[in-house]
Amino acid sequence: MEHLLKGKYEAVIGLEVHAQLITASKAFSSDKNEYGSSPNSNVSEISLGLPGTLPQFNGSVLGHAIKLGIACGCEIRHENRFDRKNYFYADLPKGYQITQDKGPICTGGKIHLKTSLGEKVVNLTRIHMEEDSGKSIHDQDPYNSLVDLNRAGVPLLEIVSEPDIRTGEEAYQYLTEVRKLVRYLEICDGNMEEGSMRCDANISVRLKDAPEYGRRVEVKNMNSIRNVQRAIEYEVGRHIELIEKGEEIKRETRSFDAIKGTTFGMRSKEMDNDYRFFPEPDLLPVLVNAEDIDRMKSRMPALPNELYAKYTKELGLSEYDAGVIIDSKEIALYFEDMIEHTKNYKAAANWLSGDVKSHLNKYGIDIAHFPIRSKWMAELITMIDEDKISYSLAAQKLFPAMIGEPKTSPFKLAVKLNLIQESDELALMELVDEALAAFPEKVEEYKNGKKGLIGLFMGEIMKKSKGKADPKKTNALLQEKLEA
Amino acid sequence: MREIREALLREDYSLTDLVKHYQSKIAERSHLAAFREVFTDDSLERASEVQSKIKAGTAGKLAGMVLAIKDNICYRDHEVGAASKILEGFISPYHATIVERLLAEDVIIIGRTSCDEFAMGSSNENSAYGPVLNPLDEALVPGGSSGGSAAAVAAGMCLASLGSDTGGSIRQPASFCGLVGLKPTYGRVSRYGLLAYASSMDQIGPFASKSEDAALLLEVMAGKDSKDNTSSNHRVDEYSEEGKARTYELAYYKEIVEHPGLDPQLKADFLAQLEILRSQGHKVEELSFPYLNDLVPTYNVLSNAEASSNLSRYDGIRYGYRSENAGDIDTTYTKSRSEGFGPEVKRRIMLGTFVLSSGYYDAYYSKAQKVRRLIRDATINALSDCDFILSPTTPHSAFKIGDIQDPVQMYLEDIFTVQANLAGVPSVSIPKFKSASGMPIGLQITAGPFEEKKMLQFARSLED
Repeated sequence: MEHLLKGKYEAVIGLEVHAQLITASKAFSSDKNEYGSSPNSNVSEISLGLPGTLPQFNGSVLGHAIKLGIACGCEIRHENRFDRKNYFYADLPKGYQITQDKGPICTGGKIHLKTSLGEKVVNLTRIHMEEDSGKSIHDQDPYNSLVDLNRAGVPLLEIVSEPDIRTGEEAYQYLTEVRKLVRYLEICDGNMEEGSMRCDANISVRLKDAPEYGRRVEVKNMNSIRNVQRAIEYEVGRHIELIEKGEEIKRETRSFDAIKGTTFGMRSKEMDNDYRFFPEPDLLPVLVNAEDIDRMKSRMPALPNELYAKYTKELGLSEYDAGVIIDSKEIALYFEDMIEHTKNYKAAANWLSGDVKSHLNKYGIDIAHFPIRSKWMAELITMIDEDKISYSLAAQKLFPAMIGEPKTSPFKLAVKLNLIQESDELALMELVDEALAAFPEKVEEYKNGKKGLIGLFMGEIMKKSKGKADPKKTNALLQEKLEA
Repeated sequence: MREIREALLREDYSLTDLVKHYQSKIAERSHLAAFREVFTDDSLERASEVQSKIKAGTAGKLAGMVLAIKDNICYRDHEVGAASKILEGFISPYHATIVERLLAEDVIIIGRTSCDEFAMGSSNENSAYGPVLNPLDEALVPGGSSGGSAAAVAAGMCLASLGSDTGGSIRQPASFCGLVGLKPTYGRVSRYGLLAYASSMDQIGPFASKSEDAALLLEVMAGKDSKDNTSSNHRVDEYSEEGKARTYELAYYKEIVEHPGLDPQLKADFLAQLEILRSQGHKVEELSFPYLNDLVPTYNVLSNAEASSNLSRYDGIRYGYRSENAGDIDTTYTKSRSEGFGPEVKRRIMLGTFVLSSGYYDAYYSKAQKVRRLIRDATINALSDCDFILSPTTPHSAFKIGDIQDPVQMYLEDIFTVQANLAGVPSVSIPKFKSASGMPIGLQITAGPFEEKKMLQFARSLED
């Protein structure tokens, strides 16, 4: 399929991402917005859609939307109205969803991403505010569907891309960037497995350079970024196969089966609801003035793309190291703290992408739970730079000790554990003499040209000094002695 | 209200006596079907509580006021049903904001009154529990949709009552029952806890025999409510304060007095009333209102559209009526709603669904929105050049139960009242005229936004 795609066909993909916002209360009520509470516990009369209830807009939703709009370079609407989207479902208590149909808060904007083929820009169509529905559970009771309305009214931002995406890999990178962004902005935890970030894909395939789009299919129920890529790759292959066979592609909504790695039809588009959008009469327009936007701009946290540029261009880090650091906001912040205390950026990046990351991976924790404070990681680097400890001793002994005893400074710990490098010449000379005296015939062989034996003497000295001998100085002294 | 308050202070009778008196009136004429439910025990309990507050001198502004509320206003731990089968047995777990405010001033709620189902109707014949009879002539309708609330006050079953007015549902029954009926400015009174019919027009308002009592109720209910985004934070005036005698600039519409549906006797009486006002020194001016025949169609499109969405929540899933024949989710919806809603409600839901459907939205909903804007601008404009617009509240007096069968003819009953709802301005009906058979007809006074104080003072000056 791959060769067909590359040569003859082109996929056209647009993504709709729903990001559940991190707020104390719901979008239109003071009910708690909390994941994992016991079912139907965060539900007052408003979440239940009881007769006579009215929505009250939660201003923090607006703030979150503006932040994301600024980060993506969108145009931000000043007068925001809400609309009702009408349809019946058991988990939709009012029989309509409050959303923004005609006037989304953000229009335009873009997401920058990197793929194996280089850099790419995906344009955004719009970002709008809306409320989530409740959750229908069909697999817990053999006879009934269950409904949990804790999620009903939870604020969402829907981020709609232009059909600029061409491959599953691009979709993967796009979602990774969007997730990174919402996490940096601390507006959404971006957890696709828990459903706090969800993605639907609109996919069509056409002959390369054809002026018209092919027939579009919508794919839902992909609960990880990887699965979005898999679903797209499967679906594109399916389309090409159908086109090659001369068969028609149906306009429909399909669901992804993560176990089989395939998609299956859910409903045809003809069956779709007429949502009868109309302006929500219970809410007045929400106004955003230019000063609000400027104030928010001045308070924006550093964004991953900005940090990446700073690290690669100003600090001279490799693209790999910069990528590892900006991958999560917490790691980036940790790094920022470290480089307040050391100018050895490269070493700081290496420690983070090396030993620290391995430790986090090993225990399955994130940097928030990493015991060593950033200032002491920086001190560790300075100790190495100042030859107080060798890199290998630092990595093998001192770093694990710091994790075990995070309340002690690395220098004190190194002293306590007797890890401070021996760089006193007299003491080192003594060690050199001892080592040479232990192997008189090897000294002879060395002198006869077997220069490689220097490693044996070094090893002996390191053994005797328990690794504390300053390797550079020891080496120099050894050579001096042997060449004499 | 003032006399009652004084009598209670003099201990001529107790509040319990008063509540019992009203309860016996309700029982005597229960065939009027004005009440859906009488809160017999808890109104008596409240009576003794408030009585002791009166004794202690700690009673609120409304101590002594025995009030009935329309069956579409939420009173915590009491049933609320909009006179619909679909809400049978539903108990509200919360108070409407206005109920909270009224109770805080020691009102006693004696019961909930019948109405047209979901406030849809002009005769109170659309209640799922049968028509309400006009206490002044039991063969006639009391008007609607707040017919039960009007009948209750007219029959002396309570001192005052609350209704809701979306297209005239307070003013028209007030006209038919000889009462003061007030629709406040849109946003003046919180809608939180009012079962929505058409959200952009619904307002709660009082019925009373005297405009002073209506004003007092408005005073307590009005004001910003954080639970209703559309409620206004415009200053709340002392509406019940009696104004000094003064003259006003009054206007009336030529198209209304020339309307072919207007009862000729009423027309003559209305014009004679204008002469009296002129003779009292008021300036009376004739205006033209070119949109008179657009009012009802515009109102119908918009109110039905909003209603079709507002009534979606009555689906048999979480509360209220669920059909015994319900199987899967689709039949739960279709059967519960088909069986639970009455014919007029279904008609309006279908019309509303139609005008919002893709392909028809622009031709109906969107167009009606534009016409509404024209109507509102023209109304506000006219009201910026004068103090009040006057008209008969209804084209005639109360009609016979069962007389109007054609829904379109019934919709035209609202022709003089819907303008205030479409424009969002306050309007009050006061008893002024009589039909040949002696049935009352109201004079409608419409004022600019938030001009309730001036409007009520003028109304008070016209009371006999």
